[in-house]
Formats: sequence, C-alpha cells, structure tokens
Amino acid sequence: MQIFKNPNFNFVKYRWHALVLSWVIVLSGLAAVAVKGIPLGVEFSGGSAIIVDFTQRPSIEQVRRALDRYFPGGGQNVVVQSYGQPSLGQIMVRVPRTGKEQGTALSETADAVVNALKQSNLGQFTVIGTEIVGPVVGRDLTQKGILATLLSLAGILVYIAFRFQLSFAVGAIVASVHDLLVTMAFLAFFRYDLSLNVIAAILTLTGYSMNDTIVIFDRVRENLRGVRRDSLNEVVNVSVNQTLNRTIITGGTTLLSVIALFLFGGEVLRGFAFTMIVGVITGTYSSVFIAAAIVTFWRRRAPRTPVVAAVTQPVRAKAKPARKVRAS
Amino acid sequence: MANDIRWRVLLIVVLVGSCVWAIIPPDKKIRLGLDLKGGVHLVLRVNTDDALRLETETTMERLREDLDKAGVTVNYNVISPTEFQVTGVQPAQEALFRSTAAAVEVNYNRGSGAGGTYTFTIKPNLEVTLRNDAVTQALQTIERRINELGVTEPMVAKQGSEGDQLMVQLPGVTDVQRAKDIIHSTALLELKLVETGPAPTRDALLQPYKGVVPPNLEVLPGVEARPGERAETVYWLVRKVPVVTGRDLRNAKPTVDEYNQPAVSFSLNNQGAAKFSKATGENVGRQLAIVLDSQVRSAPRIESRISDEGRITGNFTQQEAQDLSLVLRSGALPASLTYLEERTIGPTLGADSIRSGIMAALVSLALVMGFMLFYYKLAGINSVVALFFNLIILLGAMSYIGATMTLPGIAGFVLTMGVGVDSNVLIFERIKEELAAQRGVRASINAGFSRVFVTLLDTHISALISAAFLFQFGTGPIRGFATTLTFGLISNLFTATFVSRTLFMMVLQRRQAQTVSI
Repeated sequence: MQIFKNPNFNFVKYRWHALVLSWVIVLSGLAAVAVKGIPLGVEFSGGSAIIVDFTQRPSIEQVRRALDRYFPGGGQNVVVQSYGQPSLGQIMVRVPRTGKEQGTALSETADAVVNALKQSNLGQFTVIGTEIVGPVVGRDLTQKGILATLLSLAGILVYIAFRFQLSFAVGAIVASVHDLLVTMAFLAFFRYDLSLNVIAAILTLTGYSMNDTIVIFDRVRENLRGVRRDSLNEVVNVSVNQTLNRTIITGGTTLLSVIALFLFGGEVLRGFAFTMIVGVITGTYSSVFIAAAIVTFWRRRAPRTPVVAAVTQPVRAKAKPARKVRAS
Repeated sequence: MANDIRWRVLLIVVLVGSCVWAIIPPDKKIRLGLDLKGGVHLVLRVNTDDALRLETETTMERLREDLDKAGVTVNYNVISPTEFQVTGVQPAQEALFRSTAAAVEVNYNRGSGAGGTYTFTIKPNLEVTLRNDAVTQALQTIERRINELGVTEPMVAKQGSEGDQLMVQLPGVTDVQRAKDIIHSTALLELKLVETGPAPTRDALLQPYKGVVPPNLEVLPGVEARPGERAETVYWLVRKVPVVTGRDLRNAKPTVDEYNQPAVSFSLNNQGAAKFSKATGENVGRQLAIVLDSQVRSAPRIESRISDEGRITGNFTQQEAQDLSLVLRSGALPASLTYLEERTIGPTLGADSIRSGIMAALVSLALVMGFMLFYYKLAGINSVVALFFNLIILLGAMSYIGATMTLPGIAGFVLTMGVGVDSNVLIFERIKEELAAQRGVRASINAGFSRVFVTLLDTHISALISAAFLFQFGTGPIRGFATTLTFGLISNLFTATFVSRTLFMMVLQRRQAQTVSI
C-alpha cells in the first residue's frame, strides 16, 4: 500500500505561493498579538490561580458574582473558567498579579478568593490546587525560555552545517523559525495561555520540525552525489517527492498521538497538545515547501544544465514506476 | 547468519527482560513527580544581602575596637551590605589609622580617603563566596528542617539564573502554611544580658540615656505575656554581644513551664556551656533576655550559675513549641528568605492527571498501532513490536536511573509513540523503494536499513540537542518531559534499527522468502 505511487509534484515551482501563505499567517498572527496581546499563564505573568472542586458545580456567572461581592477589589480583573471535564465540577479562578505576591503576603490573594467563595453560599467545595507566582519567577522564566529556544536553534544550526552545508543549515533554521512563528500565530488566534508546557511544546517542535527537514536534506545530499547533473532545483524537487510518503505518514502518526493527548490528556496538557498539533502540521508543510525552497534560493546553481528532467527519467533508476511486491 | 540472529535475540531478550523487571510493579518502581502525586512546590529567594551585611557589620565593629584601642576617634557607618564608611579621620592620625586598618584590607578594599573619609568595599571574590555560602547553608538548614518534619522524598535544590533561589518540593504535604512557617523562620536564638527594661515605649526605656542608645547596647522589642492576659509589646535594652547563640545549641525539645504551659527547653554544647556558666556566674541577680529572631521572648532572672540548660517560655501552643524546637535543632538560617512561588497540587488533581495521562497514552498507542498494521501489513507487526520494546526500555531506563515521571513526562511518552514509528516508516519506505527498483528482498532490506541509518542518526542527534536545552531550561515537570524525550530517542534508535532488523532477519531465515509483506 502506498499513499502516492511515484509522486511527482512540482513543489519548488510553488515555493512562492507557500512563502506568501506563510507570511499571511505569520503577519496576521503578529497582528492578533499586537491587538490582543499574548495571554500569559500564571507562571509567566505572575499572580494567583486557584482550582476549586465543588460538590455541586455553580455556573461561571455565579462564581463571578460571588467574587464581585466578596473579593476585595471586585471580580473585574478575575478570570473564572471551568477546569477539566465539565462533569467534574472543577473551576479555576485566576487573579492577575497585585504586586504583593512575595514573602509572607504570597498567598494573601489566594486566601481572599477562597474566603470570598466560602462567604457566598455556593455550596461545599475543596481547594484542590493553587498556583501563586511572584514577579521575579515569571521574568526569569521568560528570559530562560527565549534563551533555551535560541540556543537550541543555534546548536542544531551548527550540527547541520557540520553534517551538511551552511546553506542547508540556514534552510532548516528558517523552516524551524517559520514553524515557531506560525505556531505562535495559532496560539494567538485561539487564545491559548502561554504556559511552561506550551514553551516545552515549542522547544520540542524545534527538534521535531528539524526531523522532516533533515530527512529531505539527507536525500538531497544523496541525490547530489549522483552522476546526473540536474539543476539543484530538480534535485531538491525529486528528493522531496521521493520522501513524500514518509513525510506524510510520519506527520500522520505523530498527529494521531498528539490528537489523543489533546482529547484525553486532561486540562493541564491541553495547551501543550494544541501547540503540538499546530506544530506537527506546519512542520510537515514547512519541510516540504519552505526548507527546500530556502536551499534553492540560497545556493542557486549558475547556468542551468538543460534538463531532460527527472520527470521522465528519475535521478536514480530506483524511482522508476515499478510493480509492487505483494504479500506472500 | 543463524548464529548471528541467536546473539541478537539473546541481547534483546536480556535487555527488554531486565527493563520489564525494573518496572514491575509500576506503582512501586516508577517515581511520580509532584504534579502527579500531589504536594507543595515552593520557590524562595535567599536574601544573601543579609549575610553580607552581617560580615560588613562585624568587620566594622572589629575595626572600631582596634581603633579605640589605638586611640583614634572617628565615626562609623554601614552604607550598604557590601560597604562601610569611616568619616572624620584627623590628618594627624592618618598614618596610625591606615596601619590599624590594614587588617581589614585582607577582605575589604579601602577607598582613597579624601577629606578624611574612607570607604571600605568588600572584595568581589569574598562577596561571591559569602553569597554562595549563604545559599548553601540555607539549603542545608531547610533540608534538615524538612527531614525532621518527616516528609517522604522531599527535594531542595538551587535554581534561578542568579543562583540565589531555592526550590523546595514536599510531596504529600497538605498543610502549606505550617510548612512555609517552618522553612521560613530564621530561628536565630541569642541569650543577651539585660541592661534595663521592660518599658512600654522606646522613649521611656531610653529616658535615663537622654534618648541615645549607648554604642554597646541595643533596643529589642518583646512580648509581655502572662497566662490569661492580653499580650503587649514592650521594649528592652540589652547588651549587643550575646552570651551564647543558637550555634552553641546541642538540643532543643518541647516541654512545659511552671504554669503548665508549652515551652521549649534547650541544652548547650561544651563550648556554649563554658561561656554560659561563666556569664551567669558573674551576673547572678541580673536578667537574661532570651532573644529569638531579634525579639525578646522572655527575660528570666539569673538565680545562680547555670551551666548548660535553659528554657524558652512564651505564649506557645503545643504545635508552636514543637515547631520551635524543630527549627532550633536544625540551626538558624544565615539569611532571611522571601517566598517567590507557591504551587499546591491536591491529591485528587494528581490522580485525575494520572488517569487522563494513561488514557491518552492508551488511545495513542491503539491509533498508531492500528495505522501501522493497516498500512504496512505484516511489517506493521514488526514496527508494533519495536514500539512496544521502545516503551518498555524507556520506562525501564527511567526506573533504573530513578528519573521522575511527571505529567509532561507522560506527554513525552505519548509523543515518543508517534515520533518513534517514524524511524520504522523511514526504513520501510526505503525498502519499498528498493523493492520497486527490482532488487531482491534481502538486498532491499539490507539497503533500507543501512541507507537510512545515517538519516536516523542525524534526526536523533538534532532532537537530542533540543531535548538537552529543554532539560537545562526546565524545572520539575518540564525536566521530566525532557528526560522522557531523551530516553525515548535513544531507545528508539535501538529498537527501530537493531530490534526491527533482527525481526526481519528471523522472518527471512525461516522462510527463505522471495517476497515480503510491507
């Protein structure tokens, strides 16, 4: 069984369309960030989050009204949302940083929220989780997150430049950065909080999207060693086609597992899973369209040798249409 | 060939077998992180300035003593935790001042001294040492306190870019406030001779001294409390230099006082006892202030020479007396602490996470396996076996090195399934290509494995690079994720090439096949 038998799509020809599409997504993502800002999770923005388990779950509105009445400072800046499966009756209350979350006053806000809920007669509840983060930790984390992403990219750049060529490394990094930007854009569209887990997903993606790219580059390198002197564009295109089945299947199996995570992994992992879903899709797309295209931009071969084209005559004999070997 | 296969199978069986052995039973062998087990996660900062200020103050006092002896009269001022200033040095005494102050210059850089004002700044390397020492000491003290609390598998570790943050993890602890108080209290015990007091206000206390505190004395607040009465703040004038401090403590334990109220009794070590008995012997009839964290808890009159026993009374509850003796036993903190972050995970929340994590893993496994069997038929079985072994080796490795499984760790586990079959896909697709090019079955399989191995090496190494940075960046849960990812990658390289190839070899050998189902 094969998804494509001897695929022969002209990916390189459509690289411009791909670039435009990517830019549209990235720019509209940036616009979304500029207009609405990036929603930050508690570990980055600082503040308090309290997860409460009600025996009989009140509506979000009721909780909000209770906070308006009993929480000092009112409920206008407070985020109230249901947590986990709706049937569980769990609610998360999040209060932005007041500036006091330090030292002995660290848990003051969280305690005030719990008191407000107690006074409001919303029924029995237990506090099952709290998270209180002062300003220093958030700042530290943001810096470290950015640093780790950059260093990881730089590390991979060096490795690929060493194993392949600088032009390949640049292509791979551009594709990775592209994936990061597109993923961020989707996070902004769907208003997912930027949490530690999401950062972890983003860092994982830098490694993952590199995977597809390396597989294709590896084939390009192998084909470049071939006797035939096709233009680089041809070689790249043939290589992308040769690895296309694998690219799609791998993207597919990874997608299956992250979708399972998204649907069943619970509330804590939802942001992570969403980031991975977007990242896997864009990673597959970018290694086919972006990475290879960058290589052709970067390292254009001087005069094109007249190409009989690998279309009719594959780079290597093995790409020739052939009878499938069946199960015995 | 047959021999070769036998060795390969043996190696795989031994490896996978020992991993299975390492993870059975899973609930005992796999360490769960705080986010799955429930507990308290605290991040606090050690205010290392305190330790520096103490050093600077002590140095300044020593210089004052020396200069007083030499007959140089000047003014002293601590201007920051790392600097103190001496002003008003007469030109005539400059040479004498400089020679006397030379002793200080071992640890402090002296300023030029223009206009008779000298600034002494701590040397950078000493500053670094003192700051690091303060953090390390705080870490050790907190560890001792937590161990006495009886928490199972607690963790205290340095973190943060400045190196002055400590992360404390207390699995299974639900009384957050008590844990925080115990960790937080400085617990600096000092016994100081009382000059006068108590007085209801500072001014009243200092009236005989015309409102100025004499240089060798200090004013400390205290609580006047008799059973059944409201506590009131009072002030004491005490000697600055303590008779003994908590450093000389041998033991502290909860007890009751003469009113049958909870109290803490302490005993001193030999060195402390010698100092204590000398001081009490010379000062019979005077009051001795028992000062805890710069607050006078009580000031009993010295009836006779006391050698090595004492008692701290005050309005304690049973619990407070117990906690106070605990922190006294564990020693004082070298610097104050500030809480930066607090995270509590209730046991139900952790159980929910485990449940949904396992659910996600099972669904993902079913989906990926289903797809591989559907798409690659019999070769799909090969990849499913490889996948299973991959997961077992991953869990076994984590169990052997005692790595912690966190919720993101489970995510890494699930991700390993999806990404892990990629290696199989790469190889299978290559074999298909080779078969399509009319090579023989055996040659195609060999070519598939050997050609793709280089690619696999490249992809795995670059993924390992990003996992390494992830580990560096992350705390707790994220580290769990990076760990899972790393071991997943390594074991995947083994199962996808070695195990999978062995399976192919076994099939080919048995049937001398001319075709292969892929």
